[in-house]
Amino acid sequence: MSEVESPAATAPLSTAPLSTYETSAAVIAGREAAFEARGLTKIYHMGEVDVQALRGIDLALYEGEFVVLLGPSGSGKSTLLNILGGLDIPTAGSVRYHHHDLTAAGESALTRYRREHVGFVFQFYNLIPSLTAEENVALVTEISTSPMRPDEALRLVGLGERLHHFPAQLSGGEQQRVAIARAVAKRPSVLLCDEPTGALDVRTGIVVLEAIERINRDLGTTTVVITHNASIADMADRVISLSDGRISGVKHNTTKKSPHELEW
Amino acid sequence: MSRPRLRLPISALDRKLLRDLWDIKEQALAIAAVIACGVATFVMSLTTLRSLELTRATYYDRYRFADVFAMVKRAPQSLVAQIAEIPGVSIVETRVVRDVTLDVPGLNEPAVARLVSIPESREPALNSVYLRKGRYLAPGHGDEVLCSEGFANKHGYEPGDKLTAVINGRKKLLKIVGIALSPEFIYTIRSGDVIPDDKRFAVLWMGREPVEAAFDMDGAFNDVCLGLMPGANAAEVIRRLDRLTDRYGGLGAYARADQVSDKFLANELQQLRGMAMLAPTIFLSVAAFLLNVVLGRIIGTQREQIAALKAFGYTNVNVGVHYLKLVLCLTLVGVAIGCVFGVWLGRNLTELYTTFYHFPVLHFDLGPDIIALGVLVSAGAAVFGTLGAVRKAVVLPPAEAMRPEPPATYRRTLIERLGLVRLLSPSARMILRHLERQPVKSAMSSLGIALAVGVLILGSFSLDSINYMMDINFNVAQRHDLSVTFVEPHAASTLHELEHLPGVMLAEPFRSVPIRVRAGNRSRRVALVGLESHSRLQRLIDDQVKAVPLPQHGLVLGSSLAERLGVRTGDRVRIEVLEGQRVVRDVPIVALVNEFVGSGVYMELRALNRLLREGTTVSGGYLMADSRQVEKLYWKLKRTPGVAAVTVNEAAVRNFQDTIAENMLRMRFFNVMFAVVIACGVVYNSARIALAERARELASLRVLGFTRAEISTILLGELAVLTLAAIPLGLLIGRLLAVFVIASVDTELFRLPLIINASTYGTAVMVVVIAALVSGLIVRRKLDHLDLVAVLKTRD
Repeated sequence: MSEVESPAATAPLSTAPLSTYETSAAVIAGREAAFEARGLTKIYHMGEVDVQALRGIDLALYEGEFVVLLGPSGSGKSTLLNILGGLDIPTAGSVRYHHHDLTAAGESALTRYRREHVGFVFQFYNLIPSLTAEENVALVTEISTSPMRPDEALRLVGLGERLHHFPAQLSGGEQQRVAIARAVAKRPSVLLCDEPTGALDVRTGIVVLEAIERINRDLGTTTVVITHNASIADMADRVISLSDGRISGVKHNTTKKSPHELEW
Repeated sequence: MSRPRLRLPISALDRKLLRDLWDIKEQALAIAAVIACGVATFVMSLTTLRSLELTRATYYDRYRFADVFAMVKRAPQSLVAQIAEIPGVSIVETRVVRDVTLDVPGLNEPAVARLVSIPESREPALNSVYLRKGRYLAPGHGDEVLCSEGFANKHGYEPGDKLTAVINGRKKLLKIVGIALSPEFIYTIRSGDVIPDDKRFAVLWMGREPVEAAFDMDGAFNDVCLGLMPGANAAEVIRRLDRLTDRYGGLGAYARADQVSDKFLANELQQLRGMAMLAPTIFLSVAAFLLNVVLGRIIGTQREQIAALKAFGYTNVNVGVHYLKLVLCLTLVGVAIGCVFGVWLGRNLTELYTTFYHFPVLHFDLGPDIIALGVLVSAGAAVFGTLGAVRKAVVLPPAEAMRPEPPATYRRTLIERLGLVRLLSPSARMILRHLERQPVKSAMSSLGIALAVGVLILGSFSLDSINYMMDINFNVAQRHDLSVTFVEPHAASTLHELEHLPGVMLAEPFRSVPIRVRAGNRSRRVALVGLESHSRLQRLIDDQVKAVPLPQHGLVLGSSLAERLGVRTGDRVRIEVLEGQRVVRDVPIVALVNEFVGSGVYMELRALNRLLREGTTVSGGYLMADSRQVEKLYWKLKRTPGVAAVTVNEAAVRNFQDTIAENMLRMRFFNVMFAVVIACGVVYNSARIALAERARELASLRVLGFTRAEISTILLGELAVLTLAAIPLGLLIGRLLAVFVIASVDTELFRLPLIINASTYGTAVMVVVIAALVSGLIVRRKLDHLDLVAVLKTRD
């Protein structure tokens, strides 16, 4: 039901032919690559110490694909997601989104990229506490070109009855679903979720994951979910494992589980 | 916990802004109040300034206020043709002007009127009169006069009422036919007075013919006013006019800027201009600082929200504008309150002005341009103050913002590093480390509170200064009860007649002559006063308030005049006497004395007589009188023909207390209010921020078993340290502000000593400490309601 490919990290960084595993990935996805990254390296300067978060990542993500980035904390998965989402730029290496070179893009180009293409879901929801569920979604739809109506997006995640509630009046799972509605309301081509269930219990987590899965399935949104919870990996098309800033494994799921089948 | 649901057609981001603002409403209001004070003082002073300037210009123009003034002893009317030929002169108007004594029913002491002649058949060509009530003089009715409005109002005179005057020794009944004002007497003050006394000083306009007749001035004049052509050289006109009037006893011509009323008004406008700068600067600086602190805190706690916004594709500019909008909303609230408050203050100030400055009309009209300027200035200050905080939000990288702010770094305080650690309890250490960690913020908070102390001192000290000045002037220097000036100088023996008036216990002579005193190319027209060397009733005092006996030779100068002439003791100045034989002599300065009113030049009486080449001659006398018999004395003086003027010191003091003191109290009330707003604004906001920053820490301490009182001590202790540190600084700032104000009123007319009583300092400190205490206690109540569980659950 799954096959483990040779880790990309074992190939020499600069010369690693993308085709070694990209070809097979492309066969499975059968679609055009949305992201292509080569030799991604990221070093943070924290005071007097340098922290190497990414140590040369080669990677391609495909249109409509559901990818789970799996790894323990400090493995570099958040850094990778931030770079894919245009929140951060790599110290070295390159990353493209279709025809956009995210490495060379300036601040305003990255902002436009995020505004037009990316939907974010954060571990701690990052809702604006002073705005209602509907207004939190409106925050994004107001700056998009062809968004859904905020209530429409909220209905999509099953919150049609909670439009006028403030974040403080919602449960954790509801808050995260508002965050998902907010992320997808602009009809993004990419949905990036950083530990979306990290702060939730199992049952709530499953509801949230169902919402994400539905977006991926119904809207065909390329979806990347970060988690350190290996069970979630079973619902992905492809699971990319990271450790210590490197890709330590890639797994293709021939059959995806639906969220309510997951156990953890 | 349902919040008000806003359904305005505004964006979600703006909705967030309004709710954020609502969340900090108490703090926002405290800051808006400070902005409001700044805008109010700005609107008040600028609007009043503008309406005064505009009114003055219109009044001067429409009622043809003269450009050059000169007094002579007596000049023939034929001189007019020669004066008119001076290049640059467009209008010449001559007059007869004399001071006369009035006997007003209900007023014991004599009042003085300046009798000014005006043409009976036409309006004066210069210094025309504005008729408030009644009518203009009718030709052929020699007893008709127009009475100045201030005096008429004080005594309830209406057209048709009668007035008794002693004119050139003869008692005359005058009929008031009109109540009038003139640009020449906007500030109706008698020379030598500190403030106008509308009760005891009047201006009476009377037909030229009867005035000429009364003073034997047929075909002659003793006062001339000139209107100049545009672009005329006033200094040159004055020089030529002086040459023409020299042999007619000319007292020296002077330009409009040296005219007493204009000078007082100009000085007032100058002070108002200073106020328009100083007060808003203080308030808006404090507001800018508070906004910086509060916005910095908001942006700190909203890091994750900022990150999310940026992740969604909001640009840095969007985010920056969002926070600036928050600041501007708050500012606009302040401006709106400030405008309303400013109009109210302005009306008060205008009303105050109308009691001292007599204009036909003086309106307080708030113009849209001043409001716009107020908005611009306060918004500018607010944006300037918050730019640093907003910049932090703008440059925050979105990925960085996802992580909460790193924990603050603390270090041991200076006291601890000095090894005095055992002196400090753990709470004290927390307080001091917290303060030392943010030295700039702590210093600015202290500075803000200090400014409140300063504003209080600024608003209250002038009463101390004025009281001191009055005390020195009337209890130490001028110890006479009244001074009597004769119409003409008399032989010294006349003094005996004064001595024998009822109630007079002591009489001392004085001689007063108009002179021009010159040092190099600087000169001033002043009165040279001759006194007895050891005068007891009119003493000269030095810096240490010690009486200075007049030396037998040489001149004694008031120190402010000496400063203006650029001379010191030992220098020689040239004296040009402007009457009699017009003696010119170089005389050494032998001493300088301290004077607050006027520009005094003194000489020993006998020496002055010798200088004037006259026998023992006196101009009048200083009298000490038995208070039980003054009424009789006044009655007698009012009827003494040779007496030109009587000045009663006690009346001057009373007048001062009636008018100034009352107004000062009103101003003091506003100043206390202003200071309370600043002190509360700073302390309350500091406390709220400290509470917000440290709620978790304090809640943790509570969980660990600290009592409410103990955690209150930590929070309020910080404020107490800030307030205590602010006090000495505030006293210093108050003193500096006072020095600034004193310098701005240091004119040649009068100057104020810098006196700040201990009670003024004490009150300032007390008001600020109380304001700080109240603010602290309000925040402490919040601390009592600290929800331990909720606070500990929030992610910091």
